[in-house]
Parts: sequence; C-alpha cells; structure tokens
Amino acid sequence: MGIFSWLEYDFMKYAFLAVLIITPLFGIMGTMIVNRKMAFFSDALGHSALTGIAIGVVFGMEDTSLSMCVFAIAFALLLNQISSKVASSTDTVISVFSSCSIALGLAILSKGGNFSKYSSILVGDILSITPSEILSLVFVFCITLLFWVIGLNKLLAVSLNQTLARSRHIPVSFIENFFAVLTALIVMVSIKWVGILIINALLILPAASSRNIACNMREYHFFSVVFSVFSGVMGLIVSYYVNVATGPTIVIIASIIYFTTYLWGRKYNL
Amino acid sequence: MRKIIRPCGLHCIKINHLGVVIGEQEILKDISLHIHCGSLNAVIGRNGAGKSTLIRAILGDVPHTGNIEFKDREDGQVQKLRIGYVPQSLNVEKQTPVSVYDMMAAYQSRCPVFLWKSRRAKARILESLDVFEAGYLLDKQVCNLSGGELQRVLLSMAVMDAPNLLLLDEPVSGIDQNGMDLFYRTIYQLKENYDLAVILISHDLDYVKQYADHVILLDQTVVKQGSVRKVFQSQEFLEAFQGGAGLPENAKGQGS
Repeated sequence: MGIFSWLEYDFMKYAFLAVLIITPLFGIMGTMIVNRKMAFFSDALGHSALTGIAIGVVFGMEDTSLSMCVFAIAFALLLNQISSKVASSTDTVISVFSSCSIALGLAILSKGGNFSKYSSILVGDILSITPSEILSLVFVFCITLLFWVIGLNKLLAVSLNQTLARSRHIPVSFIENFFAVLTALIVMVSIKWVGILIINALLILPAASSRNIACNMREYHFFSVVFSVFSGVMGLIVSYYVNVATGPTIVIIASIIYFTTYLWGRKYNL
Repeated sequence: MRKIIRPCGLHCIKINHLGVVIGEQEILKDISLHIHCGSLNAVIGRNGAGKSTLIRAILGDVPHTGNIEFKDREDGQVQKLRIGYVPQSLNVEKQTPVSVYDMMAAYQSRCPVFLWKSRRAKARILESLDVFEAGYLLDKQVCNLSGGELQRVLLSMAVMDAPNLLLLDEPVSGIDQNGMDLFYRTIYQLKENYDLAVILISHDLDYVKQYADHVILLDQTVVKQGSVRKVFQSQEFLEAFQGGAGLPENAKGQGS
C-alpha cells in the first residue's frame, strides 16, 4: 500500500480531479463574494437549486441541471435588480425571496411523498462524478478565469464606489449582473457534488480565512486558493480513510484553517 | 496629470438649465452655472438643498434634464469633458485586503490586480501620489488609512488622468483641523498649478471665505452666486444661514 493507494479506484480519481477544479474555482470566486458582502446572496442561490429541480420535474425534464441553471440565473438577476431598487436592506429582500423559493421547491418535490428521492442533493456526493461532468466544470472554470483576468479590476472598482466607477465609464450594472450570473452558474454546476447545505461554506471559508492574513489582492487570492485546494484534497483523503461524507470533511478542515488564521491574524495584524 | 500648465482661463464649462426629478420629487431645477478653468467654485446651502445631487447629476450618476457643455473658448470647439471625482466614502470594512495600489490600479489599469503588480501602473500611481505627498501609502491597506490619508489618496486618484473638472463631495468629514488646512491648501495649489476647475461642496464657511473664487448658494436652484463678498453679504445668504435651521456647525456663532 503506497501513499496514493486511495487513488486506486476510478471514482476516487474522478473525485480527485473534480476537487482540483472546484476548489480553486471556489477560492477565486469567494474572494469577491466576501469583498462584496454577498455571502447571503450565494447562500440563497444554493437554496434556489431545489426550486430549479422542482421546475424541471414539473415540466417533465429528463435532466434537471438545465432547469436548475436557468432558474438560478433568473433568480440571481432578479435579486440583483430588486436589491438595487427596494429601499429595505438587502438581506431582508434576499431572505424573503430565498425562503419563498425554497418553500415552492420543497412543496413541489414533496408531492406524493417523494422527497427522499431528491434528498441526496442536500449533502451532495462528489464520489459519483463522471468524466463528462468534470468537463462542464472545466468549462465554467475557464469562463471564470477569463472574467477574472478581464473584469476583476472593474468589479473591484464597482465594489469600492459605484459613483466613482460610473464616472470612469465602467458599465456598473453589467459587471454586477455578470458576476451574479457567474456565481449562479458556479453554484449550480457544483451543487450536486458539494450539496446545498455546505456549498456556501466552501465559497466563503477560504476567502474569509485569507482575509484574516492578507494585505493586498495578490495575497488575498493566493491564500484563498491555497486554503481551498488544501482543504479540498485533505478532505477527500481523510473522508476516504475515515469513511465519512466528503463535503462535510472538507468544510471541517476549512473551518479549522479559518480559526487558525483568525488567531494568527489577531496576533500579528492588530 | 503629467504636465503642469498654467490655467489659461480660456476653457469653460457651462451647465445649462439642469434639473433633476427623482420619483415625484423635484430635487433640482433650472441650474445654470458657468465654471471657468482655474477657479475654485464652492457650493454651499442648507442640508437637503441638493448639493450632492448636483454633483451626481454632473457626473451622470442620476438622470437629469438640461445639458453640460465644455468649451474651448479660443476656437469655440466642443470637447469631451474629463471629470475627476472624489467620493465621500468608500465601501471598505476593516480587514479588507485591498491596498492603495490595488484600488488605484482597479480604476486606472487593465492589468489584473490579483495576478501581479504592473510596473508601469505602479510608476504612474506613485507619480500621482507624490503630488500629494502620499507615495509612502502605496502598499498600505485602504481600510487602515486615516481620514486625511484616504483623502489625499482619493485626490491623487481623481487627478490621475488630467481632468478638466474636479468634483469634491463634502470631503472634509472625519478630518481634524490640521487636515482641513492641508486639504484646502492642496486644492488651492491644484487649481493654481493645473489646468482644471474645481467644484467643491463645503460645510465650512470660513474656508469658503478664504479660498473660494466663486460661491454658489444652492437651495433646489441657484439662489445666489458670485464672488465671496457678494454672496456672503446677500439677503439670501442671511436667510439660509442665520435662520438657525440648517446652519452648518462650523459657522455657528461666527456668522458672516
């Protein structure tokens, strides 16, 4: 038995590949989600997956991923639109829409007592991923990287001050909507493998840990990606040997990193 | 902001019949201003008079009626107006890992700030920071700057690509007396040495008196405008500031 014995099985190989794609993606994406205080937004998006599936079921679709993505994108754009218009605070608006959509999804899926069929999506199962699904992850990963290289500066500018960004002819609402759609897309393509309950933790924790110790954008991204990949790979290996679900193991490791960096940051940065 | 040009006094910015309606409410109506380059124009008025809205309308951040022309008086040619803007505040919380370089490069450079520091962008940013003696702040986190430091960074950002018009929105909050002196002196030097006009929303009538070339008393529309002496001695000014309501704190008891 070598140290890579856990890679003997095909499903472990695929899961390992998937983790190597999902975690850096989440690490990068998380940085701006945390900077823009959108943690609650991405959480609501994750929950909206249920509604997306429900809509797919109602229309009798074979593959509910499509209805999930379409619904999540529509949901993200709607949330963005409404939070910029409505005077009450954003978290209230998001909460209202999120609970409304979860209730709708649960109601439809539980019709006829069939909900247990869908409960796997709550926890997710990265070990069941197939090569073609890995390809779709690669696709989303490339889009994100491209957006980051071209648009991150503008997104950061918009986050710092909208009026100032607009005075520099940055298309504010386009950038904001694009980012929301991208978040929706990423959450939806990975939700089956990560699970509704913990997907947000994976988006937020690495970036939040990185924030504890980083001083500029380069460090912020670097640490976020490193923490994310580390907890992903470690979580996969540990879960294999301890025989527990992979997603929660990853989140536990990411949380430990968060608390460690928090203490370290308090000691050296304040 | 490379060349230091003496203000020529030949450009001017004309704001014609500008009006802003938000919802049902008319915030501003029929504002006509004539702004000369190399002049410091102070906008004063009670709270809620529409001062900030005026700035946002000029920036194009809120829809408005009327128009803004930029004229080169020598040949009457209409050019594109470049506006520099110094915001009141930024959305940065404690611990936000955004350095001064990151912030300025985000607005000024295409080089993605998360990958590497562009040497060219860095040189440009430093050059502009140095104008305001803020070069040493380059690698500091934006959230850790003091009010005065942030002010100087925002100013250097606003003048980086040689604007014709500089808009400052209540820039003096959260700065102590020394900082205020320094701020007004900096603005004064800017408009003396560079080819730009300044529109400044101010709450501090003493500084307005000392530094402004042109004062605009605003209350939904331009109530009175002209030289400091003309505006400060007018009946409208007394009504706006001596009635008690809306009297700026710094002017209390000092009158004019």
